[in-house]
Amino acid sequence: MKNDSVSLTIDGKPVQVPAGTALLLAAKANNIDIPTLCYHPELKPEGHCRLCVVEIGTAPRTRLVNSCTYPAEPGLVVQTASAKVLASRRMVLELLLAQAPAGEHLKEMAAAMGVHETRFKKGDPAARCILCAQCVRTCREVVGVSAISMAFRTPKKRVATPFAEQSEACIGCGSCVFICPTNTIAYTEKDGIRTVWGRKFELQPCNKCGNYIAPKAQLEHWAKLTGDPVESFYVCKDCR
Amino acid sequence: MPKFESMNHLEEYRGRLLSSRNPQEPQVLVCGGPGCLPMGSEEVAAAFQAELKQRGLNGNVVLKESGCQGLCAKAVKVMLRPQGITYQQVTAEDVPEIVEATLVNGKILDKFCYQDPADGSVKAYKSKVPFYQGQRPIVLGKMDLIDPTSLDDYLAQGGYQALQKVLGGKSPEAVIDAVERSGLRGRGGGGFPTGRKWRLCRQAPGDVKYLICNGDEGDPGAFMDRAVMEGDPHAVLEGMIIGGFAIGANQGYIYVRHEYPLAVKRLALAIDQAREAGLLGANLLGSGFSFDVKISKGAGAFVCGEETALIASMEGDIGEPHPRPPYPAVAGLWGKPTVINNVETWANVPAIMSHGPEWYAAIGTENSKGTKVFSLVGAVNNTGLVEVPMGTTLRQMVYDLGGGIRDGGEFKAVQTGGPSGGCIPKQFLDLPVDYDSLQSVGSIMGSGGMIVMDETSCMVDVARYFMSFLHDESCGKCTPCREGTKHLLEILTEITKGNGKEEHIPLMEELCDTMAAASLCGLGQSAVNPVRSTLKYFREEYEAHILHKKCPALVCRPLLKYTVDPETCTGCLACVRECPVDAIHGEAAEPQVIDQELCVKCGMCHAVCKFDAVKVES
Repeated sequence: MKNDSVSLTIDGKPVQVPAGTALLLAAKANNIDIPTLCYHPELKPEGHCRLCVVEIGTAPRTRLVNSCTYPAEPGLVVQTASAKVLASRRMVLELLLAQAPAGEHLKEMAAAMGVHETRFKKGDPAARCILCAQCVRTCREVVGVSAISMAFRTPKKRVATPFAEQSEACIGCGSCVFICPTNTIAYTEKDGIRTVWGRKFELQPCNKCGNYIAPKAQLEHWAKLTGDPVESFYVCKDCR
Repeated sequence: MPKFESMNHLEEYRGRLLSSRNPQEPQVLVCGGPGCLPMGSEEVAAAFQAELKQRGLNGNVVLKESGCQGLCAKAVKVMLRPQGITYQQVTAEDVPEIVEATLVNGKILDKFCYQDPADGSVKAYKSKVPFYQGQRPIVLGKMDLIDPTSLDDYLAQGGYQALQKVLGGKSPEAVIDAVERSGLRGRGGGGFPTGRKWRLCRQAPGDVKYLICNGDEGDPGAFMDRAVMEGDPHAVLEGMIIGGFAIGANQGYIYVRHEYPLAVKRLALAIDQAREAGLLGANLLGSGFSFDVKISKGAGAFVCGEETALIASMEGDIGEPHPRPPYPAVAGLWGKPTVINNVETWANVPAIMSHGPEWYAAIGTENSKGTKVFSLVGAVNNTGLVEVPMGTTLRQMVYDLGGGIRDGGEFKAVQTGGPSGGCIPKQFLDLPVDYDSLQSVGSIMGSGGMIVMDETSCMVDVARYFMSFLHDESCGKCTPCREGTKHLLEILTEITKGNGKEEHIPLMEELCDTMAAASLCGLGQSAVNPVRSTLKYFREEYEAHILHKKCPALVCRPLLKYTVDPETCTGCLACVRECPVDAIHGEAAEPQVIDQELCVKCGMCHAVCKFDAVKVES
């Protein structure tokens, strides 16, 4: 419908997108790339990393907003690579490089934007987590179990299970591990046992081929969701 | 208390109440505010009760525990009515003397009266005390008149008359118009026009709307909202009910810190009283409008004062802010249109509706109308809670109300707006305090903290102190605030230790720019103010620390040098006994020497020397 689309300007280029489209996606649809770290198309954007900031408005009344959540408005003037945007983005990258010196993806991204070193005191050299919360959001929004969450405030902020104990809600699905852009979350699989978030999960072998399918806890979760008997999930997808 | 079925019913009750009360009746109001309570106000009140009873006066003299009477530096405060005599620094032991002399014999006791530090004159009456003279109490107006646990007291002061006026014939739009015309802006710090916020919420589509009172006052040293919630809880409720009517909400919440147990208790009592009286619940005063209020307790995270974090906390989620838009007025609590206003904002509403928006708008400056409550603390003689018209100058606050700098010191700076406010130097003492002027000099109104500093404050250390608070309180959701506060604190700490580098100043400035522009919420955006303002107005202090390794205010211990003046030292060895690292040597009755290699600069020698022989320099 014509009514539902809005016209705005991104980097001097007039564009039309459906009303409410996040500026990040509006730019993307017009082949303008904005770097992101905490954004994931399957998750509700929350504006954690601040890498995707863009400048909106016209001088002298402009401000930075995160493009992953800010909706396209009629007549909005957006700059995705103004001096202010680039300075802010580089500073955020410097801060992240100091926070997560071991983050390879982060280093590559920073280098691509001309940031090769940080002027800030580096934290733990092995640190990789950038607190983007993709794991937490995946667990809550996609898996639907909320086994992990952000815990504490700035000085001790981290992703954790409740009270840092083995989470009863966790189904061992490993989605958090899969989604993590920095390979931070510890995860092992050995002798039919998967270990994640400090809890061991027994893996269910396929009734036909014997290959492991998934943790029993995860299949039980599926059974609960679908109402089917858990045994109906004891055959792997290749053998079905 | 009857359940009021109609406006007339309430008015009849009020009339009977007033005619049963004698305005000339002697009253003793013992301050039970945040300053006086820990200083023993309950004991003082108990002593009055015992003394009055013993003398058989308990039938003639009314004894009440009031809300905050303001001049907290002089706790415990006692107000004697009808004369309006204000006594200070009263202890339970003083009570018999006060009863005998003042209540029985009508004699004023000078020693309990305020003494003007300027000329030593004694001020017995509240109206003569300079601390109160410059004030314009609206929100704090009933503080030393009522017992906050008595709905009758509130009604006797005209309480719920504004609500009657609103429910008795005003349309919601007319109420919003009035609030808009009054020029009231959010007293929590943001300064957003209250009427416009209400209108946005009223216009937002949706049948269910909510209203929240933000009582999450978390600034160190600030207790404005606490004093209002404890001292005049019905004013907050009345403001909220009027707000609910205006925006079309039937449910309000008060989000209040768990660390304010008395505020929670008083609010809960006020809610019960209002429900019993039909001032909360279904069909208020027969108007057809229903409204109720619940208390939601917060766990004390500073960030939960930010509206979206507050809502997250109320919903049982982790107290982190969310990107706006959508604004709470469109999608707030449980996704419904929600108005959030601070305690003081709500408490202003009844007065605006009673006296009219024009009356309110006549107070203050062009863009900041009405009054503002400040907690005036720090290096002034008269610390306490004040309410002044917008536009009162900093000089008036510090010298007239505050009674000048304590110990005859020199004014250095005033920090307004809580931990994320800026430090304003001497050259702006004549600045009229309002939202815009404070912002123009790099500070904020905030919720009304006002910390006065004298020459003994090191501005680098001040910035470091506030940054340590903000670093602890940053929720850590967004990178600039989480990592920025960390590195600002780290750099400031290094500078105060004498490890500062020249490049630290431009690096901090650059970091501040990104934090201010790119942080998710107001906490991170304003966290830079203490650093930016001190870098701007007290740059030479940073340079002294970084380039010359000196702390001009003699605060940063690693940069200090303690020596013994051989001329004045008597060799009493007091310092030798106190030194924790045995760094002081010399014969008894001979001048002592401090070994600079061993000295850890703890300052004990300086503190114990009775002869002023230990010198500190930087």
